[in-house]
Amino acid sequence: MAEPIDPLEVAAQAFGPALLEMRGVRKSFAATVALDGVDLVVREREVCGLVGQNGAGKSTLMAILAGALKPDAGVMRLGGAPYAPRDPLDARQAGVAMIYQELSLAPHLTAMENIVLGVEPTRGPLAIVDRERMRRTAEAALAELGHADIASDAIVGNLPLAAQQLVEIARAIAFGCRVLVLDEPTSSLTHADVRKLFDRIGRLKRQGIAIVYISHFIEEVKAVSDRFVVLRDGRNAGDGVTSTTRAEEIVGLMVGRAFDELYPRGVRTPGDPVLELDAVVPGAATLTLRRGEVVGIAGLLGAGRTRLLRTIFGLEPVKSGRIGVGVYSGPAAPHERWRQGMGMLSEDRIGEGLARGLSIADNMTLSRLESLGPAFAVLPSRQDAAATRWIDRLAIRCAGPRQAVAELSGGNQQKVAVGRLLHHDVDVLVLDEPTKGIDVASKAQIYKLIDELVSGGQKAVLLVSSYLPELLGVCDRIAVMARGRLGAARDVAEWNEHSLLMEASRTRAAS
Amino acid sequence: MLAGLVVVALIFGALIGPQFFRAANLELMARQTVIVCVAALGMTMVIVSGGIDLSVGSVVALSTVVTALILNRHAGPAVSAVGAIVAGALCGAANGLLITQLRVVPFIVTLGTMLLVRGAAKGLADERRIEAPITWLNNLLRTVRDGSGLLLPTGIWLTVALAIVVALTLRYTRFGRHLFAIGSSERTARLCGVRINRTKVAVYAVAGACAALAGVMEFSKLSVGDPTVAVGLELDVIAAVIIGGGSLSGGKGSVVGTIAGAAIMAVIQIGCSQQGLPNWVQQIVTGSIIVGAVALDRWRSSQS
Repeated sequence: MAEPIDPLEVAAQAFGPALLEMRGVRKSFAATVALDGVDLVVREREVCGLVGQNGAGKSTLMAILAGALKPDAGVMRLGGAPYAPRDPLDARQAGVAMIYQELSLAPHLTAMENIVLGVEPTRGPLAIVDRERMRRTAEAALAELGHADIASDAIVGNLPLAAQQLVEIARAIAFGCRVLVLDEPTSSLTHADVRKLFDRIGRLKRQGIAIVYISHFIEEVKAVSDRFVVLRDGRNAGDGVTSTTRAEEIVGLMVGRAFDELYPRGVRTPGDPVLELDAVVPGAATLTLRRGEVVGIAGLLGAGRTRLLRTIFGLEPVKSGRIGVGVYSGPAAPHERWRQGMGMLSEDRIGEGLARGLSIADNMTLSRLESLGPAFAVLPSRQDAAATRWIDRLAIRCAGPRQAVAELSGGNQQKVAVGRLLHHDVDVLVLDEPTKGIDVASKAQIYKLIDELVSGGQKAVLLVSSYLPELLGVCDRIAVMARGRLGAARDVAEWNEHSLLMEASRTRAAS
Repeated sequence: MLAGLVVVALIFGALIGPQFFRAANLELMARQTVIVCVAALGMTMVIVSGGIDLSVGSVVALSTVVTALILNRHAGPAVSAVGAIVAGALCGAANGLLITQLRVVPFIVTLGTMLLVRGAAKGLADERRIEAPITWLNNLLRTVRDGSGLLLPTGIWLTVALAIVVALTLRYTRFGRHLFAIGSSERTARLCGVRINRTKVAVYAVAGACAALAGVMEFSKLSVGDPTVAVGLELDVIAAVIIGGGSLSGGKGSVVGTIAGAAIMAVIQIGCSQQGLPNWVQQIVTGSIIVGAVALDRWRSSQS
């Protein structure tokens, strides 16, 4: 953005004074820096589009705004006064409301009960709930949204999704909200409902509410916002007036930074196919993975990438199509996949990837205890020896192979999970978000390891990642998954971050 | 937990005097505790895997009935005992199959089979005690001081041997490591190719067999098959595992701990009665120890 005009200046003239100011906000989780001094300013009567790739820090920033997280540093002001919410209720009372991607409604309660949830009007010394006032409040809020048609005593779980979202917005505005944050609000809406939502946002804006609109879909941000702010790797990457900026420029800011030395690349010579997918549903996937190559799958959250990997590995049922692993063909349970020489790294490290209460040695050797003793026996000494080998090789920082995994840092935990695939010595490594939430040093080690494995010519890697530079840096071929369908894998040279992101965020207009 | 056992024993030792630690008294405590101990060894494995088995008491009763019935058919005592243990293992396997195939949580399934098995035992016995001929089975828990060199009753030796086998299984076999993995994180175990269903059916079957062996010992004590015996025994068994450091959320538990847990309860029981304290005091003390032991464990793990 080399324009001489400061977009904030332009915004100040067009939209009045700043309502919400966040300055120099920092937040770290253990070794991971999620926000590294982020600024966000939103004015009255303004819709601010907040964009950035997965992991750019949008959710963390909004969690801080909503009082769900405390910033490590930084200043927040709301309407000129210092703003430091103790908890989400405190934020709500100060006039900051959130609408999340996943609706947070109580499905068994009525619309009006949901709207006043937590701040029910009461009367009398016994604080008996005043249902009449509750009804009036709820109906006023729904009418304000132009939706008096939603019955205030309808059970929320029975309402269509778009109406449920309205109830949630009504809850936000029923008690004087000044800043409304919408986090990916369209991900489960139909095209027509999206248009209605945009009208509604326009109406709220004219009532003086400042709106932060978070989305992956650049077209939506273009359509609804007045100004945009781009986050990248926990920092401000740029901002501007939406109407004067092209979509490509915004994507360019999201993608940012030049390719660096993070991704070593040995000589890779693809050999025999080791994994063949033929019209596999779910995923509509047709793909061949060969020894000595890394094939990546790009896509947005919820595009169905994880489900495809889990289906391949036998953790979820195959609906149709054929999966071939080496000489084996057809669906198989996880224990058979391991035996066929395939191993999987889960994206859910805490819930699935590792048994956190168990030791490093137990976690690393769990899939292949057979080699660690005669007959049915498992000798702890051999378990420890096997684990120690990978602890050294992967430079895992720990007290020893008997330390519980829960006590390690995120990066070291992930290396334990990777170590399991190495101990098993699988030929096909299915890696789901292998660098999610880990520090840069550990990431670099994992990239290096992947390169060493495939450059040997025997092993193959199928990699799902939401981090585009990583896919471009590590993969030989990349396929994009959008809305549950896997596209064709094309050579990495034919892609760039821009085209991947465009392909992945093909909006519903295309579908 | 061993420290806890020592503390509890020393308290009663101080109250009652040195005769509390006389060999005969210790043996009495051991005899009191073997039935809970044997059932608790199976329960330890179930709890390590993140499950629970409430049908233990009923399986014990069924086992006494089956033992008596087979003895009455003029079969040998060994055949009767094996028959009872097989019946117990089948009950356990049924628990495991119901849990894995119907995907109903173990608490509910075994709550159901607790009644089911109790009913079956009463039906088999025609709602009566079943008299049986006296055999060497009746001597399992009896001290025979004829100089044969065994020193302790056979039942105690059996329990010690079983404890060693279970301890080795948990620590040094694939089955044992898989139990810890399932209990610690079932999803991780599945990802790593552990055959979850198979392992669960096996562990409940083993627990059923252990409960049935406890039943054989109960029969030995009673010398009749009694379908109404051991009501609520499962709670003592679970308490022993929990006092011994087992966690109901799975992934934790040890044989040494469980035996110490069972022994603590036996010491309290016998200590209180020898001290002349009424039953209600004993129950209050035992209850406090259960809650206290778990709270202490929580506190210690939050410190580290």
